[in-house]
This record gives sequence, structure tokens and C-alpha cells, in this order.
Amino acid sequence: MRKVTTLFFVFALLVMAVFPAGAAAQELKGTIKIDGSSTVYPITQAMAEEFSYEYPRVRVTVGVSGTGGGFAKFNVGETDLSDASREIKKSEAEIAAENGIEFTKFIVGYDGITVAVNPENNWANDMTVEELKMVWEPNSSVETWSDIRDEWPDEEIDLYGPGADSGTFDYFTEVINGKSGASRSDFTASEDDNVLVRGISGNKYALGYFGYAYYEENSDSLKAVAVNGVLPNRETIASNKYTPLARPLFVYAKNSAVQRPEVEAFLKFYFENAPEIVPQTGYAPLPSYEEALAKVEKLAK
Amino acid sequence: MISLKKKRMLTDKIFKVIFLIFISLGLVVLAALIYDIVSKGIIMLDWEFFTRFDSRFPAKAGIKAGLFGTIYVIGLMIPITFFVGTATAIYLEEYAPKNKLTDLIKLNIANLAGIPSIIYGMLGLGVFVRYLNMGRSVLAGALTLSLLVLPVVIVSAQEALRSVPNSLRNASYALGANHWHTVYKVVLPSALPSILTGFILAISRAIGETAPLIMMGALTFVMFTPQGIMDSFTVIPIQIFNWTSLPKAEFELVAASGSLLLLILLFILNGLATFIRYRYSRK
Repeated sequence: MRKVTTLFFVFALLVMAVFPAGAAAQELKGTIKIDGSSTVYPITQAMAEEFSYEYPRVRVTVGVSGTGGGFAKFNVGETDLSDASREIKKSEAEIAAENGIEFTKFIVGYDGITVAVNPENNWANDMTVEELKMVWEPNSSVETWSDIRDEWPDEEIDLYGPGADSGTFDYFTEVINGKSGASRSDFTASEDDNVLVRGISGNKYALGYFGYAYYEENSDSLKAVAVNGVLPNRETIASNKYTPLARPLFVYAKNSAVQRPEVEAFLKFYFENAPEIVPQTGYAPLPSYEEALAKVEKLAK
Repeated sequence: MISLKKKRMLTDKIFKVIFLIFISLGLVVLAALIYDIVSKGIIMLDWEFFTRFDSRFPAKAGIKAGLFGTIYVIGLMIPITFFVGTATAIYLEEYAPKNKLTDLIKLNIANLAGIPSIIYGMLGLGVFVRYLNMGRSVLAGALTLSLLVLPVVIVSAQEALRSVPNSLRNASYALGANHWHTVYKVVLPSALPSILTGFILAISRAIGETAPLIMMGALTFVMFTPQGIMDSFTVIPIQIFNWTSLPKAEFELVAASGSLLLLILLFILNGLATFIRYRYSRK
């Protein structure tokens, strides 16, 4: 008995021992806390990874709580930067103001929400925004494909979409149904986009929507539907031809945090490398990041 | 007479077959699951998988941050849970007066064992992270997981203490030992194998928990290992969860490697539980 007790004590002490951080030459250090959207996560993760190679003493942490969940932490001052796939809501900004948090919005790239069907679906090549609204509006009466167009098969339509905590859901419902969050609710909802991809690729009569990166990575098992005659691809998304479903992606920065040299360095690194890294993550970059860099410069002063 | 016997034997056989079907159902599913994880997980599992941090490239992604995070959190959780859990069980079984209040407490502890784990995550976020200002630290994570498994640990320790025959206690008293001596020298040593077995199985459960830690704010992407108990962290199941949700299909293989590692850790712990039980109960 005593042996076991001693063993546990030694173990506990070992674990609790605070190891001193090794001395390194890199002068810049500190911690940058980021949280938010799962859509923006691949971009920010890539930046954090590359940044860590260059500044090994700066610890960049990235969480994935969804756009809304990210703002909930950002607005009480728990994070320095917040990934977002939609703009901050008025109600969220009010909470930030109450807590004395001033912030700046940066656009980091563009995503095109992709409406996808099964590759075996040979009828739905193009849909209009009105048709999409018919399908997705609250209390929609669309049950079968033929409810959308008479010549389409009389088969039940299986719907897949992101969950309510997702910025993609907010944006899609806003531009298609006219009100953010207004949607029919009898569809398979998942915050995990791969669940949607798997669902649609396994069901001939399925229809769903998610971020473009997920379509691009799975383009052999999915078919994208053109919206108002335009197919989503990097060119149509970046040039804003793919309206209304092309949308900007954001990073929100706490102004007081940008004054810290490590956060300033990270944001500069972010926008200097965005033209190269954003396309690698499956999104479309901005034509120029000069404006963003100037904003960082100004905030850091 | 003979037909009655035949009938009884037939019923016996039928039930034997039914039970066999059910157990093989479970075993087949388990075997399929293990085959799936091992066959996929082995592809990406090499030494570098343990020494690398996460990456946006599947081939470069490693589990180092999660592995160290899990070791820190579980390492800190083990002493907390063991001492608090065993002490509570000793009080409830050996010291507490037998009245309605004690019964109520026991009943509630048993009920707590059935609460969904995400609720403990919310509790951890509210109490440890925010109210006690621990931040999203290893300590807050360890305390949250401790709360999660404590009911199970307490209940199994209570069972273990209850199974110690009263004759042992009486013998100890008869030799002039006081209450504490009896508990420490007689009751605990004979209950220890069962306490430890229940305890280690509870730890195994905590290692696989994702939801409460995501809720209390463990991170997804970190490129460092914790340097102390107040540092931020991630754990193996969170990394697995994250890899499965990424767009690149190859991350599914990385996730399988992570699952394989988790599976191996769990096998080791369960093996340890069996070993301890075997070793101590032979004495």
C-alpha cells in the first residue's frame, strides 16, 4: 500500500514539475490565441504552421469553435484573433463593446459555397437562386426533384447542409432565403463537412451545400451545380462572377493585441504570404493585400 | 418422461445458440473495427508521426502535441482522482453515519456517473476556466476530467471496500487497532486490487474523451508541448476528431493512425489493470 502511495506522489511531482523553457536565440516570443470558423481554419492553420517555423518561440494556438463560438471567446477578450466566415453580428459587436474590446476586420480570401449533387445525377446541372430558395426556405413544399422542375425525376430529394453554428449556414440562408438562419429544418445537418460530402456522394438523389475547398478535394465523388449559370471555380469565385454564393472570409483582430510585436509580426506574415498560401488551402486570394498590410501597420503604431 | 427431458435439452440448446449469436455479433463488429483502424492506421504510422507536430500536409502531420497533452492531462488527473476518489469512498463506507443524508449522497454520486460528458465540459468552462481563472490550461483540463470520472471511481471503490469481509475488521479491532489503523492496514490493502482495477478502467475512459475538453477550450492546432500545468494543450482524441473533418481525404489515414495510437494506449492500460488485479489478488 505504501509503495503505491509513494509511486503516485512521485508521479504527481514529476508531472507538476514546471520544466524551464530552453533558451533560444530567437528574440520574438509570446502567445497568439486564435479561435473561430472551421471554414477559415485551413488558412489560419497553414499560416500558423509556416509562422512557427520562422518564429519558433512564438506560440500560435488555433481552436475551431465555429464563427459564433469564436466570437463568444473573442468578445470577452479570451482570444487575440478570431476566424470568421461571416461578418460579426450587431449583437456580438455589442458584447465586445461592453467589454471594451475594439477590433478590426480583415478579409483574408474568398470562398464559394458550392451546391453539390451526386455524380450520377444527370439532370441538375444548373439551378437558379429562386429554385434554391424553393428548396431551402422555411416550410418548403419541395419533397421530390420534380417539385423543382417538372421534367426532373419524381424521386424524393435528400438534403444535406451545415449546422446552425456554422457561418456557411448563416451566409447561405441570408443570400438564398433572405434572412440569416431562416431555413427548412428537415435536412441532415452536420458541422463536419466530410459527413455532408459522404452523404451526397453515396446517394443519387441528394443535394447539399458546403465550402468550396471540400468540393475541390472531393470533385471525383461529387458534382457541382452551376448557380444562375455560373459554376464555382477559383476564377469565378475570386472575380465575384459566382454570385451570390461567393463570400469573403475574415479574420478579426483585437486592436490592443496588434500592438504586441508578435501579433503584429503574425498578421504581417499572414498577409505577405496569403497570395501564395490561400490558393493552396482551396480558397481564392484577394487581388492585393496591400490594404490589409497598411491597416496592420497603422494599428501597431 | 423422455420427451420432457428432450424438450428441456432442446430449450437449453436453443438458448445456447442465441447467446452465441449475440456474442459473435459483438465480436464481429469489434474485429471489423480493429481491422479497419489497423489497416488504415498502419500506413502513416512511423516514428516521425510521434515526433512531428500537426501540419496542413497529411504526410507531415504528427501527433506530438496531442500525445504530450494527453500525458500531461492524464498524468495530473491520476493523482487527483485517485486520492479524492478513494478518500471519498473510505469516508462513505467506513466513517459516515448510516443515515438518510449519507444514503442521499451515495445515490447522487451513482446518478452523477450517468451524466453526459459534455455537461462536465460546461462545468469545467464555467468553474475552472472562467471563475477560478485557470484559463484553458492543462490543470483546468485535468480537473474537468477528474470530475467526469470521479463518480465512477468512487462507486467502484465503494464496491471494493464493501466486499471486504467484516470479520477482518472485527479481528483488527480485537487486536486493539483503532479505526484508522484498521482501514489503512487491513481494509485498504485487501480492497486495493479492485479499487485499482476500477480506477484504471476509469482512466481509460478519460483518455478517449473529446467533448468535455473541446467544450472547456482545449485547442485544435498547437505547435508546442505543454511546458507546465498552466499551459494550453490539445489531446489525441481532439486531433483525431479534427483530422476527420478536414477537406483533404488523406487526413482520414492520419486520423486512423491517431486512433491506432489511442487504441494501443488503451490496451496497455487495460493490460495493466488485469496485471494489477492478478498480482495483488494472488498475495
